Amino acid sequence: MAEVTREAPAVLQRPADRRPRVSRAILDWAAVIPFFAYIGVFLLLPALWLIVGAFQTESGSLTLDNIRALFNDQYANAYLNSVEISLATALTGSVCGFFVAYAAVKEGAPGWIRSVLSTFSGVAANFAGIPLAFAFVATLGTTGVVTAFLNDHGINLYQNGFTLYSFAGLVLVYTYFQLPLMILVISPALDGLRREWHEAATNLGATSLEYWRWVGLPILWPSLLGSFVLLFGTAFAAYATATSLVGSQISLVPILIGRVTTGDFASNPQMANALSLGMILIISVAMVIYALLQRRSSRWLQ
Amino acid sequence: MKRGRFTLWDVFWLLFAAVYFLVPLYGSAEFSLETGPHSHGFDAYGQVLRDPAFQDSFLLSLELSIATVVLSMILMVPTVYWVNLRLPRLRRVLDFIAVLPFVVPAVTLAVAILGVFRQTFPWMISGPHILVLSYVVLALPFTYRSLDAGMRSFNPRTLTEAAQSLGANWFTILLRVILPNLRFAMLSAAFLTVTLVMGEYTMAALMLFNTFSVYMFQIGNEQANQAAALAMISLLLTWAAMFGILFLGRGVGRRQAQIGGAR
Repeated sequence: MAEVTREAPAVLQRPADRRPRVSRAILDWAAVIPFFAYIGVFLLLPALWLIVGAFQTESGSLTLDNIRALFNDQYANAYLNSVEISLATALTGSVCGFFVAYAAVKEGAPGWIRSVLSTFSGVAANFAGIPLAFAFVATLGTTGVVTAFLNDHGINLYQNGFTLYSFAGLVLVYTYFQLPLMILVISPALDGLRREWHEAATNLGATSLEYWRWVGLPILWPSLLGSFVLLFGTAFAAYATATSLVGSQISLVPILIGRVTTGDFASNPQMANALSLGMILIISVAMVIYALLQRRSSRWLQ
Repeated sequence: MKRGRFTLWDVFWLLFAAVYFLVPLYGSAEFSLETGPHSHGFDAYGQVLRDPAFQDSFLLSLELSIATVVLSMILMVPTVYWVNLRLPRLRRVLDFIAVLPFVVPAVTLAVAILGVFRQTFPWMISGPHILVLSYVVLALPFTYRSLDAGMRSFNPRTLTEAAQSLGANWFTILLRVILPNLRFAMLSAAFLTVTLVMGEYTMAALMLFNTFSVYMFQIGNEQANQAAALAMISLLLTWAAMFGILFLGRGVGRRQAQIGGAR
């Protein structure tokens, strides 16, 4: 205690405040320099190099050839496939995820469901990449557990045209992390729907359908669409899951970038830059839409 | 809590989710335990665990994740603290930067980092340390959000002024006032970072390092049962991390911080 009373008067003068304002401002900014330097060296500078490189030949002179080449079939198809798979899995993920999340927040739902669901979603959303692909191979691959089980009961999946190593298979596997991601991002918005709004609508004679048409959806749509866009971006960026499942059988943008980088695709390494630039642009658009919708949805749902 | 009655429709969706989540997990568990047409055992696990290549890659990934956590904290804790205390104007900038790793996904970041340093400082990309440096960037959205939420849950300004008036210097304040209050947020960020690094394949594969995921990928091409066993091991790790976050980091930006990004 004695120490404290002895120290106190010195502090009341606030030594920092005696310095001129300018030098204090400089000190304030100096404290965040390491962070910005780090981000500059390991994120911004590489990103800049990527963008500039997309417009350069291998020897460094400016060119638009790389960008033009993106419209050739082999690259354009990869973009088309990537967009299709991202749209498909964002759709399955957000529709199913919405219904599951909504079921868990309803009044009659057992209380434990909510916490079990959010824990499970946390695990499943993070259980992506190589192990996820293996889990599905073990389940629905040619010798998978479910495949074998159905075979014993007279249903041969692989003779009926199903294969895990296809577009449909990828959708099935991607949805495994898309669905829980949707549950995690939409649950706070569902919590924001006030019970009184539904009661008020019901008191005024609205059916459940009318409530959703005039109250629920108008409030929720920015969140729903925003989540959809977020899921789209996640699927678009996924690399490990796709590589280990379909390898080079289905041409997707991330897979193509990987193959150009390791040198087993195009002879021109600058194509990796051009492909990356296209990918960054598409995801940027998605993220901007997401941010705008997020702002809009916060108007009703604090 | 919310409006609407709980109906069969809802039961259907919850059951659907349960089946969809659990069947692949059951599938890989069963597959990893099969030793013959009708026999079960832990053979696949034994083979995996005894494989020196497994031990090496697992250890490497563990080292990488610890190093990433330490570097992330050293970089982020003072920055988030300072921005909250003195430079609130900068918060929007930080929010923006924290989204960038989503916009520049792992594949493109790998291409970019390899490209930049191959031409300028080749020694930067010659060892696994480049993975640590890159993973700090990949983990940035989670570490930042978790720490920022943690920082806002107590009042760092008041505590700092109190500590100052008792004569504490900056080092003491950070170590004995801020860190103890921030420990749950730091732990949950750390668990997420470890999950991220242990499962990260893209950058490690493109930069040609034999991490746990890269090893797993190679095994998958040869030994299906061992691959399933590895999938179970990495599932256990993910569970452990999620429970860690849930029980240690109650209420610290939990829902936000659980989302691990694209792989």
